[in-house]
Amino acid sequence: MTVNLTSPGLLTRIRQSDLWWSFTHQRSAVLAAILLTVLIVSAFTAPLYAPQNPYDPAQLELWNAEIPPIWLEGGQWPYLLGTDTQGRDILSAILYGSRISILIGIASVVLALIIGIGTGLVAGYYGGIVEDALMRVGDILLSIPTILIAILVSAIVRELLPPSLRDVGAGGVLVLAIVLSGWVQYARTVRAQTAVERRKEYVQAAQLLKVPARRIMFRHILPNTLTPILVAATLNFGMAILTEATLSFLGIGMPPSQPSLGTLIRLGNQFLFSGMWWIVLFPVMQLCLLVVSVNLLGDWLRDALNPKLR
Amino acid sequence: MIVFLIKRLANAALVMLVVALMAFMIFRFVGDPIQLMVNEQTSQAERDALRERLGLNESVVMQYLRFVGNAVQGDFGISYRNQQEVMSLIAERFPATIELVLMATIISLVVGVPLGVITAIHRRKWYSEALQFVSIIGVSLPSFVIGILLILVFSVMLNIAPAFGRGDVVSIGWWTTGLLTPSGRAALILPSIALSFYQITLVMRLVRAEMLEVLRSDFIKFARARGVPAWRVHYSHALRNCLMPVVTMTAMNIGSLIAFALITETVFQWPGMGLLFIQAVTFVDIPVMAAYLCIVSFIFVALNTLVDITYALIDPRLRNSKA
Amino acid sequence: MILRTTLLAGVALACLATTGTAQTLRWGAARDINSLDPYSYGSTFTISFLNHVYEGLVRYDADLKIEPALATEWEVMPNNIWRFKLRQGVKFHDGAEFTADDVVASLARVSHPDSPLKGNLPAYKSATKVDDYTVDIELVGTYPLLLNDLTNIHMFDAGWLKEHNAEVPTDVAKKVEGYPTFNANGTGPFIVESRVPDSKTILVANTGWWDAPKHNLERIEFTPISSEATRVAALLSGEIDFTEKAPVQDLPRLAAAPNVKVMEGNELRTIMFGFNFQDKLHNGEPNLFKDKKMREAVGLAIDLNLIRDKVMRGKSRVTGTVVAPAIPGYDPALDTPPAYDPEKAAAMIKELGAEGYAFEIMCSNDLWVNEEEICNALVSMLTRVGLAPRLNIAPNAVQQVKLTNGEADMFAFGWANEPMLDSYSILLQTFQTKSENAGVFNWGGWSYPEMDKLIIAASTELDREKRLALQSAALKIVKDESIMLPFHQQPMAWATSDKVESVVQLSDNKGRHWLTRMAE
Repeated sequence: MTVNLTSPGLLTRIRQSDLWWSFTHQRSAVLAAILLTVLIVSAFTAPLYAPQNPYDPAQLELWNAEIPPIWLEGGQWPYLLGTDTQGRDILSAILYGSRISILIGIASVVLALIIGIGTGLVAGYYGGIVEDALMRVGDILLSIPTILIAILVSAIVRELLPPSLRDVGAGGVLVLAIVLSGWVQYARTVRAQTAVERRKEYVQAAQLLKVPARRIMFRHILPNTLTPILVAATLNFGMAILTEATLSFLGIGMPPSQPSLGTLIRLGNQFLFSGMWWIVLFPVMQLCLLVVSVNLLGDWLRDALNPKLR
Repeated sequence: MIVFLIKRLANAALVMLVVALMAFMIFRFVGDPIQLMVNEQTSQAERDALRERLGLNESVVMQYLRFVGNAVQGDFGISYRNQQEVMSLIAERFPATIELVLMATIISLVVGVPLGVITAIHRRKWYSEALQFVSIIGVSLPSFVIGILLILVFSVMLNIAPAFGRGDVVSIGWWTTGLLTPSGRAALILPSIALSFYQITLVMRLVRAEMLEVLRSDFIKFARARGVPAWRVHYSHALRNCLMPVVTMTAMNIGSLIAFALITETVFQWPGMGLLFIQAVTFVDIPVMAAYLCIVSFIFVALNTLVDITYALIDPRLRNSKA
Repeated sequence: MILRTTLLAGVALACLATTGTAQTLRWGAARDINSLDPYSYGSTFTISFLNHVYEGLVRYDADLKIEPALATEWEVMPNNIWRFKLRQGVKFHDGAEFTADDVVASLARVSHPDSPLKGNLPAYKSATKVDDYTVDIELVGTYPLLLNDLTNIHMFDAGWLKEHNAEVPTDVAKKVEGYPTFNANGTGPFIVESRVPDSKTILVANTGWWDAPKHNLERIEFTPISSEATRVAALLSGEIDFTEKAPVQDLPRLAAAPNVKVMEGNELRTIMFGFNFQDKLHNGEPNLFKDKKMREAVGLAIDLNLIRDKVMRGKSRVTGTVVAPAIPGYDPALDTPPAYDPEKAAAMIKELGAEGYAFEIMCSNDLWVNEEEICNALVSMLTRVGLAPRLNIAPNAVQQVKLTNGEADMFAFGWANEPMLDSYSILLQTFQTKSENAGVFNWGGWSYPEMDKLIIAASTELDREKRLALQSAALKIVKDESIMLPFHQQPMAWATSDKVESVVQLSDNKGRHWLTRMAE
């Protein structure tokens, strides 16, 4: 899909669209969009203002461990939300952790989209053996529960990586683990739609005019399959963040040296009963806010794009 | 019909062969099994002898065939960590996971179906919107967070339900059940609630969507026009029509619930297959990992195949569609 | 497979017995035992648990002094032979009589080349039956510590081993389960009723025990709960009566709870960090840790007091030497930790050209008290003086293989000198040059011939004072050369529910529930 941002009337077109109407008339969707924007922007600009870089071990000072949030007795500037047992500033850790979670979420959705759309188009357009082979691979991947694939892949790939690459590669391994079963859904949707579109007259006309297959697929067929894909991608973004958090919580995701939200929850969980509730509560809240806002948006998008529910 | 059946079963068998291949690859290529078995004093000659005895010098194809042959007979070797037959380890844990999953499924239906009906019928009411919103939070909360919160509130603060384990169990043949003892039933409460949380929202949303569709259909409009009371229209006519997809989804989801249970089992230290698997992952206990993968996938594939075949029996049109 | 008859009997009992009676001790442990076979795994925790079921010829009393158990008396004979008189009238749990044949079979099994425990009996050569209640044990040479070793060599029934084809230790490679891995038949105060690995192991009191029981327990329900938070929750809600590992960060909360008692003390176990002494690091870079100056600089960069105060909540004992004060051979003159001086450390590192030096610190996350946090703190302290360490952390079972292969550049290490309770243990197993029986835990590959001489001399010195002087001299070399950097003696923290009247806690941190009394 190519969107020409400079074309005149784009804003007006958006404003007059059904989608925009539905968006502005659903408070939860607006709220979710604002919240999500704030979360993403704050996470990615964190290095500019966060009191600490939680990935730099030299900045962690054991002296400053276990400081409570600033509004409690013993709270200290600049540790607004307190510190953990290593002297890591919770606010900074959450912001940097969100950044990792969001990056992994985006990377895995984008990669899954690329693979899924590509596979789906090829399978749907050419049909026959190509279709059978590609879709069978998808069937097999869907025959194993997603979480199991993710755990196995991340555990095994990490084991196979040389030790020096394990921390650096942890994020990549997680993306791979999530993508491996994530692309199938897109591929199936696109294939089904492509198979239908292929038989339509406009495609046959294009074929007669000897328009290259690639061009037909991307310029003509793809745009017509995008609606369900968009909804699925939004919801899967939330799922990817959850899967990443779950793997990190189980101890096979991001390492403690570059904690994601799941890692922070895993580490903080040990201090649930020792009175240091802030170590685990704030990462939990951040994770929930993030996923809730994504899911609210996705939910609204699904309803808004579903002609039956209008 | 027979052709469809054979095709479907062949498909399932192919999937299982590929899963077995993956399991075998884990076996063969992650870490050197010899390295994991011997201690530091073992000499090179002894290592070679061990390699020979375990058949690691044969060709990879031969090893794979033997692996499949053994797996079909339920022989996945010996756990590196527990030094016990993997199959009997899993058999011990199997009842715990199944009881947890079935209980969670029951809870999800008992809670999810009425909620779905209510939100569909009173679509525009504030409580329906609120429930819709809560259901989004339900799918957004990771299940380990739900588990932690449940433990914190109900075990530690209120002290009304156990925080871990399975309580006392009673054996019936090779099956063990916690349902027959008070402590076993108490121990089941929190984990099954935690596991059902996500499933409740799924059921609720599915029922709602199906109900909305059915309520729009002509026969409901007709029934209304005939003056059938509203509650009968909703609960008898409409609900009955959307139960089929709910049952299908529930059946198909049991497989993924079994897999998902591993998170709940970890949080609650529930002695099921999932906890065994997670421990195997952290200890690189490859025979257990491979066996768990095969068994959970088998249940998953078997359920899916069963659902497909049942559907085909009910609706002959599906027999010709691509499997 | 679990022993089916026992399991069925267990079911019958489980139906009758209501759990939580005053005489059931519900033990929530930090980890499961590896096996019911004490010879299958060199794990101190597993062996100490199995001490409830199996016994040795001698045992430690409540002051950690050696006292008779299955042997009543012993004498040293010429030619390195020790003669043991066995206790008469002792019965195994299955009713078989304990005799000299059992001792010979057990010693043959534990010293078999496949046995992971053969290092625990380093001087053993052979055992012969003299009569039904007398056994001669022949050693390879003069050796002062045989009795200490024997405290944890458990006695099996020869007939039972033979019947179940278990006369040699279990061999994983044969693809068969070892019968003793899932079944037990000892002489000890408790009988194994049932076991489901990772879930529950149930012991019942042995009414036919040869010794007069001091405990009033009927059952022990042993449940591993690896998550610290869950363990604390279970204690607070009264679901378990005892844990041998209460998380130090939760001690105030536990102590404040009306239904929980906390018991603290310092363990004999010293936590330390060792270095690689090979030419290259694991990543192939030249190894600067071979230089003593580098090791000293690392020592100066670590604020041990801060780690004690923050990570260990003030509960550990900072140490300058690798053995605890209670261990024979300890020398107070060595017990002075290096003064924390990060500026000097940074200057030394600069001088050595080691700024930004990348290496790996290998730690486990399930072995020592708050090990993960100690290692994290270490990483940040070393980063601050200009090094670039990276943490490699995983469960011990995974790290063990890499450690024994010498893949660690710097590694966490803990040694309690158990079961020998003598500094000879750490000198022989860790600091002596790697050879046949020595240096099994010499993971860095160091070799100091002058220290080896002292250790070898100590191994045959029967005069205790002279022997300890030799060992102290060896420990001085360990310190002067900074082979390992000692951190602290770690705290032990047990917690019990109010149903437990008394528990005996000794500095070896082992549960001894044959001495435990529940409130009536």
